[in-house]
Amino acid sequence: MSATTAHAGAAPAAKDGRFEPVILAFTCNWCSYRAADLAGTARMKYPPNVRLVRLMCSGRVDPAFVMRAFADADAVILTGCWPADCHYRIQNVKALRRFILLRRVLESMGIEPQRFQRFYASAAEGQQLAAEFDRIVEEVRALGPLDWAGRHAAFVPSATPPGAGVGEARAAAEARAAAPPPAERELAEVTA
Amino acid sequence: MSASNLPAQPDGARERIGVYVCHCGSNIAATVDVEAVRDWSAEHLGDRGVVVARDYKFMCASTGQELIEQDIKELGLTRVVVAACSPHMHEKTFRGACRRAGLNPYLCELVSIREQDSWVHTDRTAATAKAEAIVAGGVYRVAHSEALEPFRVPIDPATLVVGGGIAGISAALEIADAGFPVHLVEREPSIGGHMAQFDKTFPTLDCAACILTPRMVTAGMHQNITLHTWSEVTDVAGYVGNFTVTIKHRARYVDTALCTGCGICQEKCPSKVVDTRYEAGLGYRKGVYTPFPQAVPKYPVIDVENCIYFEKGTCGACKKLCPTGAIDFDQKDEEVTVKVGNIIIATGFELFDARRVEQYGYGRMPNVFTSLEFERMSNAAGPTAGRIVLRDGVTEPKAVGIVHCVGSRDRNYNNYCSAICCMQSLKFAHLVREHTDATVYEFYIDIRAPGKAFDEFYQRVMEEGSVFVRGRVAAISDTVRLPDEEAHQGRLIVSVEDTLAGVQRRIPVDMVILSSGLEPATDAQEVARRFGITCSADGWVIERHPKLDPVATMTEGVFAAGCALGPRDIPASVANGAAAAARVLARIQEGELALEPIRATVDQERCSGCRICNDLCPYSAIVYHGWEQVSEVNPALCQGCGVCIAACPAGAISGSGFSDVQILSQIDGLLTALGGAPPGPAVEEREAVPA
Amino acid sequence: MSAKPRLAMYWAAACGGCDIAVLNLGEALVEVGSRFDVVFWPAVMDAKYADVEAMPDASIDITLFCGGIRNDENEHLAHLLRAKSKILVAFGSCASEGCIPGLANLSTLDEILDASYANETTDNPDGVRPVPAWRENGVTLRIPTLAPLLRTLDQVVPVDYTVPGCPPETKRIEDVVELVGKALDGTAVLPPRGSVLGAGHSTVCDECARERNVKKIGAFRRVTEIATIDPTLCLLEQGIPCNGPATRDGCGALCPAAAAPCIGCYGPADGVLDYGARLMSAFASVVDADEPERIEVILDGIADPVGQFYRFSLASSLLRGGREAMDQAHRGRASAPVGSPAANHPAPRLGRTPPSAPMLDVLGPQDHVPQRAPTGPEPPAPTLEPVGGPAR
Ligand SMILES: Cc1cc2nc3c(=O)[nH]c(=O)nc-3n(C[C@H](O)[C@H](O)[C@H](O)COP(=O)(O)OP(=O)(O)OC[C@H]3O[C@@H](n4cnc5c(N)ncnc54)[C@H](O)[C@@H]3O)c2cc1C
Ligand code: SF4
Ligand code: SF4
Ligand code: SF4
Ligand code: SF4
Repeated sequence: MSATTAHAGAAPAAKDGRFEPVILAFTCNWCSYRAADLAGTARMKYPPNVRLVRLMCSGRVDPAFVMRAFADADAVILTGCWPADCHYRIQNVKALRRFILLRRVLESMGIEPQRFQRFYASAAEGQQLAAEFDRIVEEVRALGPLDWAGRHAAFVPSATPPGAGVGEARAAAEARAAAPPPAERELAEVTA
Repeated sequence: MSASNLPAQPDGARERIGVYVCHCGSNIAATVDVEAVRDWSAEHLGDRGVVVARDYKFMCASTGQELIEQDIKELGLTRVVVAACSPHMHEKTFRGACRRAGLNPYLCELVSIREQDSWVHTDRTAATAKAEAIVAGGVYRVAHSEALEPFRVPIDPATLVVGGGIAGISAALEIADAGFPVHLVEREPSIGGHMAQFDKTFPTLDCAACILTPRMVTAGMHQNITLHTWSEVTDVAGYVGNFTVTIKHRARYVDTALCTGCGICQEKCPSKVVDTRYEAGLGYRKGVYTPFPQAVPKYPVIDVENCIYFEKGTCGACKKLCPTGAIDFDQKDEEVTVKVGNIIIATGFELFDARRVEQYGYGRMPNVFTSLEFERMSNAAGPTAGRIVLRDGVTEPKAVGIVHCVGSRDRNYNNYCSAICCMQSLKFAHLVREHTDATVYEFYIDIRAPGKAFDEFYQRVMEEGSVFVRGRVAAISDTVRLPDEEAHQGRLIVSVEDTLAGVQRRIPVDMVILSSGLEPATDAQEVARRFGITCSADGWVIERHPKLDPVATMTEGVFAAGCALGPRDIPASVANGAAAAARVLARIQEGELALEPIRATVDQERCSGCRICNDLCPYSAIVYHGWEQVSEVNPALCQGCGVCIAACPAGAISGSGFSDVQILSQIDGLLTALGGAPPGPAVEEREAVPA
Repeated sequence: MSAKPRLAMYWAAACGGCDIAVLNLGEALVEVGSRFDVVFWPAVMDAKYADVEAMPDASIDITLFCGGIRNDENEHLAHLLRAKSKILVAFGSCASEGCIPGLANLSTLDEILDASYANETTDNPDGVRPVPAWRENGVTLRIPTLAPLLRTLDQVVPVDYTVPGCPPETKRIEDVVELVGKALDGTAVLPPRGSVLGAGHSTVCDECARERNVKKIGAFRRVTEIATIDPTLCLLEQGIPCNGPATRDGCGALCPAAAAPCIGCYGPADGVLDYGARLMSAFASVVDADEPERIEVILDGIADPVGQFYRFSLASSLLRGGREAMDQAHRGRASAPVGSPAANHPAPRLGRTPPSAPMLDVLGPQDHVPQRAPTGPEPPAPTLEPVGGPAR
C-alpha cells in the first residue's frame, strides 16, 4: 500500500516542510500532450506536481473546468499548439481569448494570475514543456497554497473543513442540520 | 501477475469497472510501485465501481489483453481502465481487446502512467502517488463514458498529390496504375523536382535523366493522372474522404491545346535570363521557356517579369513565329476545384542558402560553388556541357575542395544532419576525378554512409585517390597570408583543423564545392497550415508516428512522402511515395473510413439561435437554420475539437467522447483521490537521464 | 384543517420585489385567495414565527420562498419552512441563485459592515456595530447574526422547484399558479422534482425578436456610448454586452425589446454548472481578434467582468458560492447506484435537464445538498392531494 489516502482533498503533502503544489494542466491531443509523450520517451524530467488532462483541443477548455480545478488545485495550466499550428487550424486562438477573459475574472475573485498560466508546446517541444512545468511549479511553490476550499470553509463557520471530500462534506451537512437553530445557539452563547 | 479481487460489486456503484496496471517490463515498474497502485485502486475506487484491479508485466501482450477479455466475460465488466503507456501508443490495442470480448471499445480508457509519469519522474513515492491519481481520473471518467460507434465516411477515389518531385511522381504512378484518378500539382512549369537537375546519382551512378525521364513521361501520359503544373493549391476544404481543393493554374500565356512543344518560341525569344531555378544560377534560359528539354509537360511558360512584351508592349516574337498560334498574351490565372478523398504532400526540400555561412565566401568568391551548381556543371546537358571548369568557363581546376555539412549539424543553422550530402560529396569527388586530373579534398566531420552499397562507394572513392581531411572548415579565403603561399596567389585557401593529424592546415585549391544541407521549402509552414498538418520547429512535416506510421500525418486523409518529411535520398523518397500510395489505396479500396466518433451535437430544444457558435468552426460544420432559428452540427464535417461545446452559452451543445461530465469527473478523480502532490526532488537535483 | 390547500410565502434576504410581483397578479390574486388558504405571508399579513413553528410538519402544501440566506434568521426559517412544507419553491433569483445580495460574497463580513457603518457616508463617531444580542433591564434584545456568505436556498435545504427571475414575471407566476391549481384538480401533473417552473429550457435569444447574424465582436460598448441603437439588430452584435445568450428564457425578452441589454436575471439555462463561465466563454469566443494585445483591448470594453457575468449568480457560482456550490458540482458526478435508495430519492432543485438529454448526470447521496439533473428513473413529482372538485 502506498502512503496516500483516498479523497484526502487538496491538502498538500510537504516534504522537509516544503510546500508541494497540486497543479492541473490541460493539454491538447495533438501538440502539448504529444510534447508530454515526447518528454517521456526522451526521459526528460519535470516535477510530479503536475497532472495532465488530455482534451482534443485547448479550445475545449471550458472556464468551468478551470474553476472546478481550483477547488482542489493550487494552479491550473492551459497548454496547446502554437498559434497557427493548431491541429484544428485556429481553435487555440479561441482558447487564448477565453484564457485572457477568465484570468481577469479569476483575478477579480482573488486568484493570483500566476496560478493560471498558459504556454504553447508543439509536438516536438518536450524539452520546453518540461522546462515550463519546472518554472511554474517553482512559481506556485513560492506563492504557497491556494486552498480555495479552505478559504471558503473559513468563510462559512459551519461548513466543511478544508480538504474534506464527499463523505466528510455530507457528514458536516448532517451535523449542521441536527444542530439547534442558530438563533437559539447565539443566544445561549451570549447569555452564558 | 496478481490481482486484488473484490468479491462483489459494492453498493452504490453503477458500473463494474476493471483496472489493469501495466509494468511495461521495468519501464513503469522501476519508478511506480505497480502493486501499490493496484491495491490502492481496489481499496479506494471500489465506491466508484472498481470490481477488479490487476497488474501485469506487459498488458499489451496477447496474454495481457486476454486477461481483460476474460474478466469482461467472467466478471461482467462494463468498463475498463488500463494504466499503461500513452493513449497514442496503445489505445487501439486495448479498445480492440474490449471489442473482442463484446464490450463497446469506447468504454475502455487508457491512462498513461509511463510517458506522463514513470519516465518523467524519479521519486518512486511521488510517481506512485501520481499514478494513483491518474488511475482515479480514468476510473471517474470512464464511469461516464458512453458506448459509441465509429463515424463512417465514404472515401472519394481521387487523390491529390502536391509536389511533382520523384516522391510525388512515384506516389501518383502507384495510385494511377491501380486504376484511380490522381491530381498531381506542381508549382514549376515541369514535374521532376530536384532529381531532374542531377547528372549521376549515388551510389550506383545511374544517369538521373535516364531513370527519371521515363517516369515523368509515364506520369504525363497516364490516363488516370491529371497534371496541374505551374499551379498551386490555394484552398483546402472538407475532411478525409471528401476534400474540396482549389488549384490555381497560373497563366502560361501558351495555349496548351495548340502548342506542339516545337521550341521555336524559346529559340527566337530575345530575352535571356539567368536561370536560378533549374540551372541553379549557372546557366541561362529565355523569357519563354521550358526548364529543361525533357520537361513534362512539354509546353513552355512565359515569365512575365522577363518578357519584353509584358514590360514594354513590344517584341511579341514568339507570338509572331509560333507555327500554331499558341501564344496567348491575354491568358489569365484560373482556379479549378477538384474533389479528392486523400492528399499526399510531397513538396520536397530547398537547398540551404550557402551565403549565410559568410566565412565560406559563396557569392563573394567566384570559384566557390554550391552542390546544385556542381550538379548542373557535371551534367552533360548542363551549361558547361559536362566540363568541370572554374567560373571563367574555361580553366580546369587542379585542386578541388568539397566541404561537407554546410548549414547542417551546426547550431548556428540547422542541428540536423541532411543525410544525403556525404554521399553526394563522394559522388562529386568521383565525378571530378572522372572528368579532370584535379586533386580532390573531402573536408568532412564524419562520413555517414549507412545505406545499401554506400560504404562500398566510399571505399571506391578513397581508392580513387581523393584526400580525406577530417575537420570542419573554418574559412575559405582568396588571399595568401603565409610566405610559402605566394605561389598560390589567386587560388582559394581552405583553413581547416585536421583533427586526425592534430594540425591546422591551409590547403590551396582552385575550386570549392559547398555541400549545402537540405531545408524545408520556405513556405513549408504556410503549406502545412493550408493542409491542416503540423511541422516540426525545423519545418519538416511531423509524421503520425516516426517509426510505425512514417508517411501519415496527424490529420486524417493527409499523408506525406519524400523530403517534405525530412532529408532523405531518392530510394527513400520513392519508397515513401509508394508507401503513402499504399495507405491511400487501402482506403480507396475499403470505400469508407471509420473515424473516431468524437463529435458535437446541438440539442435543438435548448438552442436559442444566438449564433455565438456559428463562426467558431474551422470546418464550417455548424449551420444555422434561419427559419427555425436554431443551429445544427453537420457530423460529417465536425472534427470534434469541442470549441463550440465550450462556447455555447445555453449549454445546448454536447460532445461525445469528451463530454463535460467525463472531463469534470476526470478532474475530480485526478484532484480528490490523492493527498496532495507527492514530494519530488528539487529542480536543481534533477538531471535528464538519456533514453 | 381547512379544506383549501395551504400556501405560504416568505422573504429572506430579498428586496421584496418578488412579493410585489405576486401582488401584481391583480385580479388573479383574488383567485389565489379563494383557491388557497394563505397561512403565512409576512409581506401582506401579520404572522408570528411561533405560529409556523406550531404547525405540524408537512402541513403547508406549498411555500414560495424568496430571498437568499444571509443570516441565522433566514436559515432558521429555511429549515422551518422546509419541514412544514410539502413543496418548497425557491422563488425568484435571490432564493435560487443569490441575486444582487449575493454580490456581497465578493467581500468579507468586515468589509460589508465597514461599508454600512464606517465609511465616509456614515456618521458614526463611536464606531457602533450591531451585536446579535443585547441584555438590558433583564430583557434580551436580539437581532439576527450575519453569516459570512450569502447562500442560496438550495445550498441550505432541499428545494423542490425553482421559479427564476428578478422578479419572476407576473405572467409566468400566473402560469405557475395555474399549473399548481390544475395539479390540485388532478388535471395536470407536476414536473419532476428539481424542475424549473415558469420559464423555458432555452435562453433569452430564443424569445428575442432582434435579427441576429454570425457573431464577431470588435468592441464592447455601453448603451450610453452608442448614439443610435439599431432597433432591429441583435444588441450583442452592436457591441452591447447582452446576457441574453446565456440567460434562461421566460421573461419574454423584455429588456432587449426595449433596447436594454439582458442582464441575466433569469439565471442559467438547463444543465449549466456556472452561469458566468458559460457567458464569459461565449463572449470571449466571438471576440474578433487573434493577437493577445488586441484581445485585451477588446475585453477592456467589459468594465466589470464579475459584475457582468455574475450579477445574479455569484452566490451559486463555482468559485464564490462557497463550498456548497463546489460540492454540488462534485457530487453531481458521483456514480449513482441503480436501485439504491438514492436513485429513488427525488432529486430536488433546478431540474435543468430534460431526462432525454442529460448533461450533467447526477445522482448521489442525498441530504441537504441539492442535486442536479437526474439520470436513470425519472424522479417522481411531489404528490399533492387533490382537494375538492374542479376549480371554480
Ligand atoms: C546536390 C544534391 C545531390 C543529390 N544527389 C542525390 C543522388 O545522387 N542520389 C540520391 O538518391 N539522392 C540525391 N539527392 C537527394 C534527392 O535530391 C532527394 O532525395 C529527392 O530529390 C527528393 O525528392 P522529393 O520529391 O521528395 O523532393 P523534390 O525533388 O524537392 O521535389 C519536390 C517538388 O515539389 C514541388 N513543390 C514544392 N512545393 C510545392 C507546392 N507548394 N506546390 C506545388 N509543388 C510544390 C517542387 O517544385 C518540386 O518539384 C541529392 C540532393 C542534392 C541537394
Ligand atoms: S514576347 Fe516575350 S516571351 Fe515572346 S519572344 Fe518576346 S520576350 Fe520572349
Ligand atoms: S451557441 Fe448554442 S444556443 Fe447559440 S446558436 Fe449555437 S448551439 Fe444555439
Ligand atoms: S466541435 Fe464544434 S467547432 Fe469543433 S469541429 Fe465540431 S462543430 Fe466545429
Ligand atoms: S439582443 Fe441579446 S437577447 Fe437578443 S438576440 Fe442579441 S444577444 Fe440575444
